[in-house]
Amino acid sequence: MNIIRYQDPELAPWAPMNRLASLREEMNRLLDGSLAAFTGNVGLFGGWSPSMDVFQNKESVFVKTELPGMKKEDIDITFQDGMLTISGERKQESEAREGETYRSERYMGKFHRSVAMPTKVEPDQIKATYKDGILTVELPKAAEAKAKQIEVKVS
Amino acid sequence: MKTVATTSERSAETASRMPAWELPPANIREEGDAYLLELEMPGVSKSGIEVTVENNELTIVGHRSDTEPQGEVVHRESRRGDYRRAFELDLSIDTTKIAAKMEQGVLHLTLPKAESLKPRKIAVGD
Repeated sequence: MNIIRYQDPELAPWAPMNRLASLREEMNRLLDGSLAAFTGNVGLFGGWSPSMDVFQNKESVFVKTELPGMKKEDIDITFQDGMLTISGERKQESEAREGETYRSERYMGKFHRSVAMPTKVEPDQIKATYKDGILTVELPKAAEAKAKQIEVKVS
Repeated sequence: MKTVATTSERSAETASRMPAWELPPANIREEGDAYLLELEMPGVSKSGIEVTVENNELTIVGHRSDTEPQGEVVHRESRRGDYRRAFELDLSIDTTKIAAKMEQGVLHLTLPKAESLKPRKIAVGD
């Protein structure tokens, strides 16, 4: 007995841009010269590349990453030389359970994304929250990076 | 020139107002007496989920509740739409006993198989 997947044709999804993004990520990583990418568990093309948004306002830079279904201890956040790196592994809990899998669309396994900060930030004040499967990292800007208003004096 | 610019602005506006549904990725497993369905919908909290069953069709809608931080966008990859996906359920599923749980953007649905389909002995009357 199966669940028959039914999908309204008007709701048919876009081309999976995810795949292209992860391909580009892999190429970037290769060209960065790190051969660790070859030996990792993630396949060379394909694999999980969570979506990342970067915003900034006068006070801080915000990085939002979509990481549904993770435990916060499986998420690794590091900051070095102006580069924020978010990595981790989504483990399959159902390894030993019996049963049949009919459909497996969710990515599993390791992920690794890095983003360069647009301005200088204060590393000691970086905060991260994980809610509803979205990791939000707030990086307050360093004092010297905040734009200064220059007053014009009229004599 | 001015007319051309206005037309393209207007169509850009309509495009952003059109509701574009995202298709959440799903995992479907069968385990013992039930089917387990997992749907990934980051940015949706428990209050934003609507699960409805009608005539053996299961529809799940997830409304995103994450707010955008105030500020300019430096880089955007996420798609902003709400999630929607529908499944046609096999008759072996007892739709009155469907259970749902939401954890960190993943909806876990348990769809138990109907009791009546398990083999039963029928007593013969005189």
